[in-house]
Parts: sequence; C-alpha cells; structure tokens
Amino acid sequence: MTKNPLLSVENLNIAFGDTLVVKEISFDIQPGQTFALVGESGSGKSVSALSILKLLPYPFASHPQGKILFDNHDLLKSNDKEIRQVRGKRISMVFQEPMTSLNPLHTVEKQIREVFELHSGTSSHTQILDLLKLVQLKDPEQKCQAYPHQLSGGERQRVMIAMALAGQPDLLIADEPTTALDVTTQAEILKLLSDLQKKFGMALLLITHDLGIVRKMAQKVAVMEKSVIVEAGTVKDIFIKPSHPYTQRLLSSEPQGTADLLPKESSILMEVQNLSVHFPLKKGLFRRTTGYTKAVNEISLSLRHAETLGIVGESGSGKTTLALAILRLIASQGEISLEGHRLDKLSSTEIRPLRKKMQIVFQDPFSSLSPRMTIEEIIGEGLEVHFPELETSGRTERIMAVLREVGLEESMKTRYPHEFSGGQRQRISIARALILKPKLLILDEPTSALDRAIQADILQLLKKLQKEHALSYLFISHDLKIVRAISHQVIVLKEGNVVESGACQEIFRNPQHPYTQRLLKAAFDMET
Amino acid sequence: MALSPLTRRRWQYFKTNRRGYISLWIFCILFFLTLGAELISNDNPLMISYEGRWYFPVFKIYPETTFGGDFETEADYRDPYIKERLETHGWILWPPRRYSYSTVNYDLPVPAPSSPTWENLLGTDDQGRDVLARLIYGFRISVLFGLVLTLGSSVIGVIAGGVQGYFGGKIDLFFQRFIEIWSGLPTLYLLIILGSLVQPNFWWLLGLMLMFSWMALVSLVRAEFLRARNLDYVRAARALGLSTPKIMFRHILPNAMVATLTYLPFILNSAITTLTSLDFLGFGLPPGSPSLGEMLAQGKNNLQAPWLGLVSFFSVGLTLSLLIFVGEGVRDAFDPRKIRR
Repeated sequence: MTKNPLLSVENLNIAFGDTLVVKEISFDIQPGQTFALVGESGSGKSVSALSILKLLPYPFASHPQGKILFDNHDLLKSNDKEIRQVRGKRISMVFQEPMTSLNPLHTVEKQIREVFELHSGTSSHTQILDLLKLVQLKDPEQKCQAYPHQLSGGERQRVMIAMALAGQPDLLIADEPTTALDVTTQAEILKLLSDLQKKFGMALLLITHDLGIVRKMAQKVAVMEKSVIVEAGTVKDIFIKPSHPYTQRLLSSEPQGTADLLPKESSILMEVQNLSVHFPLKKGLFRRTTGYTKAVNEISLSLRHAETLGIVGESGSGKTTLALAILRLIASQGEISLEGHRLDKLSSTEIRPLRKKMQIVFQDPFSSLSPRMTIEEIIGEGLEVHFPELETSGRTERIMAVLREVGLEESMKTRYPHEFSGGQRQRISIARALILKPKLLILDEPTSALDRAIQADILQLLKKLQKEHALSYLFISHDLKIVRAISHQVIVLKEGNVVESGACQEIFRNPQHPYTQRLLKAAFDMET
Repeated sequence: MALSPLTRRRWQYFKTNRRGYISLWIFCILFFLTLGAELISNDNPLMISYEGRWYFPVFKIYPETTFGGDFETEADYRDPYIKERLETHGWILWPPRRYSYSTVNYDLPVPAPSSPTWENLLGTDDQGRDVLARLIYGFRISVLFGLVLTLGSSVIGVIAGGVQGYFGGKIDLFFQRFIEIWSGLPTLYLLIILGSLVQPNFWWLLGLMLMFSWMALVSLVRAEFLRARNLDYVRAARALGLSTPKIMFRHILPNAMVATLTYLPFILNSAITTLTSLDFLGFGLPPGSPSLGEMLAQGKNNLQAPWLGLVSFFSVGLTLSLLIFVGEGVRDAFDPRKIRR
C-alpha cells in the first residue's frame, strides 16, 4: 500500500523514571483500518496507546526516542494546546472499565454534551439523542437522564463509545473495550464497533489480550511481549503461520480438549435439593421487608466423586452465591448433603470439622491471599484448625509436599503473596485448599483473572489433581471455552434459575434453551 | 521478632524523613531521661555513706534519728545540721540537681517567684519551688499519662470498632447510635463535674478520660473491618473453618493496624493536651503535683515573672511539636503510595 498512513509510530520508547516500559515499537495504521495490539497484561500495550494521546503521567513518564506521526504531524512534539485539538476530535479513546471512566455525578446527557461543547461549541438535545440512537442504546430519551450507576455494563460502554464518537474522530483507540463485559454483551459491543467503523470510515486501534476478538475484528495485528513488538503482520498470516515462539504459544493456549472419563463406579458425593438464597429488600424508615431478591432459586444438583460440574451464566446470575450457600458461608434454605451428612442442619460449630472436606478457590488471586502472611502461614493455617495434633515437622513436610504438587518451589514458602504473579498466587490458593485433602473443591472463576497462557497451565494442573486425588470440582465460570475443556456435567444459570442442565458434550453440541444457544454463539462466534 | 520486609521498608522510609526521625530520637531521650527523674533531680541524695554503712535515700525513707538527729520523721537532707553530721561522718552523693518538684528553696535572694540564677536555672515559682525540677517531673507525668491513655483507648477502640465492623447489622446500628450520643457529651464539663465528686488522682483522671477518648479509632477500625470481612481471603479463612476471633485477629486486624498506628501519635498529643488543659483550669491532678498545665497557670498568674510562662509555653510547644513531627513521619511511612517506589 502506498497510501499515507493515518497514524505512524516510529521507534517509540516509553520510560517510567529510569525503567523502559516500551522499547522501540513501530507500527502504521491506515485510514479505516482496524489494527490490533495483542499481548498479555504488563506487556506495555495500554501504555503505548495512552502515549498516542499523551495521557501518561508526565514528566514521570518520558519518551527517550521515537515519533508518533498523526497526519504527518509529530504528536510528541506538539504542546498542550495542540494536543487538545487532537484529543476527542481526531483521536478518541474508549477505556476498559466503563464504570470508572464515566463521572458518577453527571447524567449521560451532561457527559455527552460536554464533549460536543468542547469541540463544536454548541450542542442540542436532538444531537445527543441521535448519537445515542447511533450506538443503539435502548430508550435513549429516558437514558439521557440516567446516571452511570443506573446503567448496565454494556449500556455504559455504549455511552462511552457515544462520547468518543461525538467529535467524529478519524481514529478510535479501544483499550480492552469488552474485557469487563459478559460474553453476550461483548459480542454486541464488538458488532457495534465494527458497524460504526464502516459507517464513518474510522481507523480503529484495538488493544486486547483475546485472540478471538482479534481474529474477528482486525486486519492487521502486532503482538507485544515484555515491552517489545515481537511479531506484526496481517491477521491471516499471523494466525496461519505464526513465526515467533511467543505468538505460537499464545495461539496454542486457547483451551482445548475435554474432561477425562469418569471412573465407572463413581458414587454420589454431594447432593443439593431445592437450594434457595433470598436477599430481603428493605424499604422505608423502619426497614420493613417488602420483598425478596431471589439470587438463587430452588436449585438442585448432584455431584459424583471425581466429577466436574460446570456452572455457567452471565454475571449476576447467582453462580457465586450458589457456591457460598453450598459452603454454608451465607444463609440459605434447602437441603445440602455431603457424603450423607446434612450440612444445612448443622450449626456453624458442628460444621467446622466437615469443612476440610470442601474447599474453595476464589477468582481474584490478589484479594484471596492475606497480604501480611507468608506462604507457609497461609497454606498451613488450615492444618492448624483440622490437624492440631500435627507436629511442626509434620506440618512443614505437608506444606512442602503440597507446594511441590501445585508446581511451586519449596523455597518460596517464606515469601509474601505480593512477590508472586497472578498464576502463582492461584496455585497458592489451590495449595491452601488441597492441603486439607478435600473431597470437593469449589472453583469460583479460578482462571478469569489470568492471561490465556496461564489459564491453560492452571487447567492442566486442575485436571492432574483431579486424576490423582479423585477430586470433585464445582467449576464456576463465564468462560465457556474453559468450561468445555474441564466439565463432565454443566448447568446453565440465568437470574438464579437453572435453565438447562446435562452432560457437557451434549449441551455444547446441541443446546436446547434459547439462552444457552445465545451464550454459545456469543462465546464461540462472537455473534449475537 | 523478625521484621517483615514491608516493615523494614517502612522503617527505612521513616528514617529518610529527617525531621520525624530526629524528633523521635529527641523525644525518646527526653522521655527516658525523665523516667529517671528521681535520680536527676531530687532533694534526697542518691547515696550516703554514714559511719561506715551505706544508705540509699532515693529508694528508702530513713528517719532523722538514723543520722543522729532528734526527730522520728523523715530526714531532711537539706537541713544544715543533718548535712554537716553526714559530711563529717562520711560522704553524700547528690543527684545533678538537688531539688525535687516539691522542694521549696528557702534561701532565695528575692521574694518568690525568683528569676533564673545558677542555683535555680529556670527560676522558681510563686511558692519558691525549682521550675526545672517541676518541668522534669511534669513532663514525665504528662507523657506517661498520655501513653497509658493512648494505649487504653486504642485497645478499647480497636475492639469496639472490630466487633461493630465484623458483625455489622444490629450490633453495628446500636453501637453507632450509642457512640453518636456518647461523643455528643461535653467531655470537659463532665470531667469537671465528676472531678468534684471524687478527689481526682492520676488513675481517676485516666479512667474518666478513657471513658470519652476511646471513640477516636472506632470509626476507622470499623470501616476497615466492614471492608475486609467480605474479602476473599477472609471468606477463605471461614471456609477453612477458622474461629471468628482468630479470623478477626489474624486476618483483619493487621489491615486495621496501619491506620491505627498512624493515628497513635496524634491521639497521644490530644491526651497530653487534655490533661494540660484540665491542670491549667485546676481540675486535674491534685494540688502540688508537678504538671505542665499547672505551670502554665502559674505563668498566667505571675505575668511579672515571664520565665514561668515562657518555660511552660516552650515545653508544651516542644513536646507537642515533636510528637506531631513523629506522627507525620509515621503517617508517610505507612502511606502505600509513597512506599511503593
């Protein structure tokens, strides 16, 4: 192509203080093109995008070398006034977390009006309405007066896109625009973005860690690893024959395979009958209970030894509440029995000895480990409760054994959680649960805070542990690809109700309920 | 006790704040020196050798008859007669300053309050007592009072806040309303009224003030517990089967400790200020006790003797400033935004 690129980044370096966080990256974006910047968290992709609009914390951040040419004009050399002319009007940006990027104190209309007034000096109600219709927000008239917290995640992201489009930019930078959203909403937003792009002939710089999105949306792609671009080219080329080992690893880390076969004579470990969790809605001065939110509504399920039951659903469908209720960490109605013990009949002290049989691993590996305890203390804590007779040497031995089992080094036991990466922390969480030799492990989105390649490692580990210890898993996730790779049985939750349940393969091959069909389509084809 | 790396880094950061670090040293030196006030400034000798035997008047009361006097009462070692007997039959080891807080210097060249001389470095007050000696004892009692009060109110405050935050619900609601009413009570008036019912001494005052000073930390600790009780690692601890007190102490309290420690120097400061103001008004420690507030009152009553006012002003000012500087240093050292880089 001989066309003049719209944006051209040449040998750009970005430094925070004395550390280089981005090293000599170069790429071009043609008008109307979609360019994807892919890489794992911490690889420097967001920082690169922010530097285009000079949104980094200067002077702490600096550019030792390089150029960012936009319409043959070096943005790095322009002063504040010039860059403000570009921001929003020529290049605008959509951020990952729509809740924090909208001002919580202003209505939707006011936030969009501000953009209009900044760039054209005038604004009218119809203009704003047109824009909201353009981003396909339902009931735009009504939503104009809404505050951000009254909107859903998808609606907020639409408002963000509307704000970005208000100045009719030539380039839209979307920084992980769908990571915080559910699969179905994600598919909708992606479709909207590509429709709008065609309509306005915008260029799109898409920053993401999800290769599925890249394949769907982009024409050209650059792969970043550890602050450098390791490979760049057209999407076709890179997906068909990736040349750099890192890209190959990224591509092969998509979750694959299915769950291992169950042993034939597997008996039932846990049974749940008509489990409900209702949160009271309180109103008025005396906080009278006026109704109930049915977070979990009469759910029944059963789990056999060494079996994995996948629980899928969008956020707010009651997946985590169900898990906490089964562990008796929140109040619930209904029967829960584990190996014949009726858990729901036991008081909180009576249940304590049974707790070693059922353990949980949480989603966020950063908040699930006490930041002020060493790894040894964290892992050994359960032993102290359930095996108080164990000597110090015996305890250390078991801690060592479990560390080896989850693939960590023994020398790590004296360190603190903040010294570990997300994947390692998740291994520590698993070790903490595993040391009590549980029968049931509840995994609440254990991989969703992790990068793809690390997700694959954790899945491998979970499968291995299941085989060795005949563990039963209750695997909660919104990521259907991962659920498919590990589950024997699946139940689909929607607003606290089970809409479909059955064998994993069966559901993925032939979904019955329209909701399940919609979920699957969004997850695997990114279509609505 | 091995310091965790984080604590060590905080200590390093605290050291780089020169003002706070030096203030801490000055304060510690002053505090430990005045802890031994009896050994520095006393009208009883440290040690006496009399007729081949050793006596320690600092620690033990000896009747005058022991040294050949006439009375069964405690020996007055400043009495020229006793002094002479002792010096002829042995020797006396005096502390650096021969005045206790209540010692009246009867040979003043001018009527009390007398201006600073080599004998009374900071002059004497209106009853002829040495100001420096009273300052040493007064500083000690103020700081000790402050420390005990701070410790007591922190313990109560942390427990109250922890219980409210962890259990939440009705307990929280009830306690919050109670604290709102309790903190609305005019503390100083109540102390004055209660002080007229009993003869206030150190422990009475401490108890009375403790009743009203424990609330400073409650809201802070409560907020921290409210936040932390739903964190995943607390949930994980519950899933492990840990008992409630253990969860509170081991998992949540360390989070609240940072905020608490940051507050401590400021609570200490306000405790000292309250005691000083009560003493200044005359409702504090019993008459005759050395205290910074009583010295301030003397300064106010004797404007013709400016050394009284100046000494008490500067000593209160210095104490409070040192603590504020230390407090600022501690606050910055615990600030995660400053420590990370």
